[in-house]
Amino acid sequence: MSMPFYVAPEQVMKDRADYARKGIARGRAMVAVRYADGIALVAENPSNTLRKISEIYDRIAFAGVGKYNEFDQLRVAGVRAADLKGFQYSRDDVDARSLANQYAQILGQVFTHEMKPMEVEILVAEVGHDGSPDVLFHILYDGTVMDGGNFRVLGGDAEAISARMEEGFSADLDLGAAVRCATTALSGPDRTLVAEDLEVAMLSRANGRRCFQRLSDADVAALLTV
Amino acid sequence: MAMPIFTPGDDPGSSFPELLRRIGLNPTTVDLAGATTQGLNVPHATTCVALRYADGVVMAGDRRATSGNLISHRGMEKVVQADRYSGVAIAGAAGPAMEMIKLFALQLEHYEKVEGSALSLEGKANQLSMMVRGNLPAAMQGMVVVPLFAGYDLRRKVGRLWSYDVTGGRYEEREYVATGSGSLHAGTVIKVGYREDLSRDDAVNLACRSLWEAADADSATGGPDALRGIYPVVATIGESGWNRLDDTELAARYETIAGEVRAR
Repeated sequence: MSMPFYVAPEQVMKDRADYARKGIARGRAMVAVRYADGIALVAENPSNTLRKISEIYDRIAFAGVGKYNEFDQLRVAGVRAADLKGFQYSRDDVDARSLANQYAQILGQVFTHEMKPMEVEILVAEVGHDGSPDVLFHILYDGTVMDGGNFRVLGGDAEAISARMEEGFSADLDLGAAVRCATTALSGPDRTLVAEDLEVAMLSRANGRRCFQRLSDADVAALLTV
Repeated sequence: MAMPIFTPGDDPGSSFPELLRRIGLNPTTVDLAGATTQGLNVPHATTCVALRYADGVVMAGDRRATSGNLISHRGMEKVVQADRYSGVAIAGAAGPAMEMIKLFALQLEHYEKVEGSALSLEGKANQLSMMVRGNLPAAMQGMVVVPLFAGYDLRRKVGRLWSYDVTGGRYEEREYVATGSGSLHAGTVIKVGYREDLSRDDAVNLACRSLWEAADADSATGGPDALRGIYPVVATIGESGWNRLDDTELAARYETIAGEVRAR
């Protein structure tokens, strides 16, 4: 009778983490950055139809990198959770912190109990109003949640992009400067990204109830050429 | 509440009412079997109109809700924005009507977010039709809800409007439509003043005038209330979306109408 091989739990977790990280590193990165009037979300995404960035609720946006079908499933779950909460209670009761916690639970559960971890990193961004601060929740494939900061970088090569963001960022950028800063950081020293390579959206306090707004390639090109 | 995640074969898709049913928050379970609402005297919302102009539609509704012979609410808003390019106006039992509008607006937004693109105008009208049909059991008990739906069709570049009956029947109108207790008077005013290719300004004036005449002849329709600063809700929907007129503008328009009536 054959005995099952013993594999140390440390090794199991490490293998899973490596697997997830590899999957995420294959995709292209995205950056979320605070600017004077809200939060700008800039992703490197040549597709015009398969989105990485989308709206969850009035002041909340979602962004995902990695495996498309997996983060899209999380996106739809977030929209449903937010709309249900807003319907049951009030629109004011829907907040990013609770969504981020629920996402973390799901990702953590899948990481430890399922056959394969999710190969995604996601971001839940909420723009503040009436003095409440902007928040950026960054959730990893294993359910780790990180928050705070003026910007967040998701995806492969995040460290180098973060370093470049650190250089370019200053408080109270305007939208154009924030998008340019994020684009420069994403492209790095060796290449140039143009509007068609990018997916850009913003959560702007100036937009009324639904703060989320996508920018067309023409809008992005105009912001990049200043 | 746990985040709702479904397996692909079991997914409720982009329908919010279906999602509510799936998690046991069914909004349409109003079991009135054997009950009667005869003595209930629930507030009723009254007159609303909608008409087409050259590049869009105008929607207008008075602000009064009545319970029998009493005014139960003076500031009710029966003309409500459904999404950026459409609006609903409702006459009938106020409670279910407001709940229906809330659910309808939410469904349009939910669909747009889940699918990544908005429903077509016809799709929105059809969706409302199903909601009115869902209310039929309650309508049989007297809780009738009859909406108007109007919006700007971005594909055809025209304003369009629909009226409904209690069974969810949906009828597209070419010129104008009026609903509620003062609809006979309001509708007649619009019928007489209607021309094809009205300007936005003229169409707004005509809608204001129709509600004035309805309020003049129907006790359940509220007129402009300068004392409290309550004016009808008047909104236009065109290529740039929903645009509600503010009270100062309406006050000026009603002042002009009052002047004309005085001069008669």
